[in-house]
Amino acid sequence: MTTPEPRQTRTGVGLLVLACVTIITLDARHGESSSPVDPLRTAVAAVLGPVEDGATAALSPVTSLPGHFQDVGYLRAENARLEAAKATLESQLRAADANRHRDTELNGIAELADTSGYRVVPAQVVALGSAQSFSRTVTIDAGTSSGIQPDLTVINADGLVGRVVAATRTSATVLLIVDGKSTVGGRLGESMELGFLDGDGNVGGDGTLRLSLVDHTVSPSVGDTVLTWGSRNGAPYIPGVPIGEVVHVRSSPAELTETATIDPYVDFSSLDVVAVVTSVSAETANPQAQGEDR
Amino acid sequence: MTAAVRIALITVLIVVTVTLQVSIFSHFSIRGVVPDLALLVVISVALVRGPNYAALVGFAAGLVLDLAPPADHTAGRWALSLVLVGYLTGLVKSDTDTPVLGSLLMVASGAFVGTSVFALTGLVLREPGIDVAAAIEVIPVAVGYDLLMAPLVIALVLLFRRLEPAERW
Repeated sequence: MTTPEPRQTRTGVGLLVLACVTIITLDARHGESSSPVDPLRTAVAAVLGPVEDGATAALSPVTSLPGHFQDVGYLRAENARLEAAKATLESQLRAADANRHRDTELNGIAELADTSGYRVVPAQVVALGSAQSFSRTVTIDAGTSSGIQPDLTVINADGLVGRVVAATRTSATVLLIVDGKSTVGGRLGESMELGFLDGDGNVGGDGTLRLSLVDHTVSPSVGDTVLTWGSRNGAPYIPGVPIGEVVHVRSSPAELTETATIDPYVDFSSLDVVAVVTSVSAETANPQAQGEDR
Repeated sequence: MTAAVRIALITVLIVVTVTLQVSIFSHFSIRGVVPDLALLVVISVALVRGPNYAALVGFAAGLVLDLAPPADHTAGRWALSLVLVGYLTGLVKSDTDTPVLGSLLMVASGAFVGTSVFALTGLVLREPGIDVAAAIEVIPVAVGYDLLMAPLVIALVLLFRRLEPAERW
């Protein structure tokens, strides 16, 4: 029919922009936990979580052949990296003592998982955040009805995946450890030194972590394993989960702590089934820590 | 077509596109970049119905993108981007009569504006994980991938025109 009054159009879009800015301000000002937008977020997640779940299930034949479509450049780089890793591994094989040490450690972890009574809930990744959103988060198809709540550790067969940041009845959002927002307390496998691992926020590809050690006199060595250090009551991270391996160490006199680059064991671009550690059994949990949040 | 039916259709379209974007196309990402299907829907609406309606649809689609899991950024950022994309596309479109080549141009510029505005708001809010280098890396890939998906826009425009041949804003 007719085109609308230009002024009307401008008023409408002005109002919408104002609404957006209001939402951004409300959400940004109230930090992590108490944003007034959160109820809305939960409501949308309650509806769209199951929809994402259903879509993933229905279209799994299509999505199960993604490897071919992923970019060749990345695969080439990955191949070069694997070649290099192979060479490193070969040299490591010769360092049998160190490996035996690591083996015992890893066995210890496996044993810990068996005996300490961590209860895990398996879940499937049903949605991934895109690079345009500049965040590394995924949706999993299990929520509060399976005992999942924010600040629980998420692992898979390879190692630490991330932590739960939001949960609805049937779905939950997991912040991956490679996200720029993520910080994990880590411990070097060999020297037991403590440090902090920050996600590099790399939006494409696999992502790496930066390790800064608390004790700057210690220097991490390439190939060293990094495990989680753990927090009280296992939230947000349970102790002893393998995170990754030191691939590069950078020391500059200007910095107090040495920074190492960690290649995570988990392949974040092909996450599928993960496990959420929902509880530590009562007899093994520290009684003092009970009732405390972290 | 009544307003209620139209709103219901648009709602379903938004939910479907957002679901496809986060659940299905995330498996076909190029360097982590996924086609902005919601943005393409907003551009299609703008091409058929003009700036006012497209801004409104952009607001709704953006808000769903902001709130649907696994989104973890400050809510309202995609909403703002898509309002601007819808409005600007609608404005430019009403000046030129656009066949296929025109809609390709609209998709390219819309994708550029949308992803740039989203990145800029992230920079202003100092959201972690985003810096100029990351934005420069991601935005061209996003524009390219959106262009690849441009046939979707053309299909949607044809569909909208078929559903409501007489009504033009």
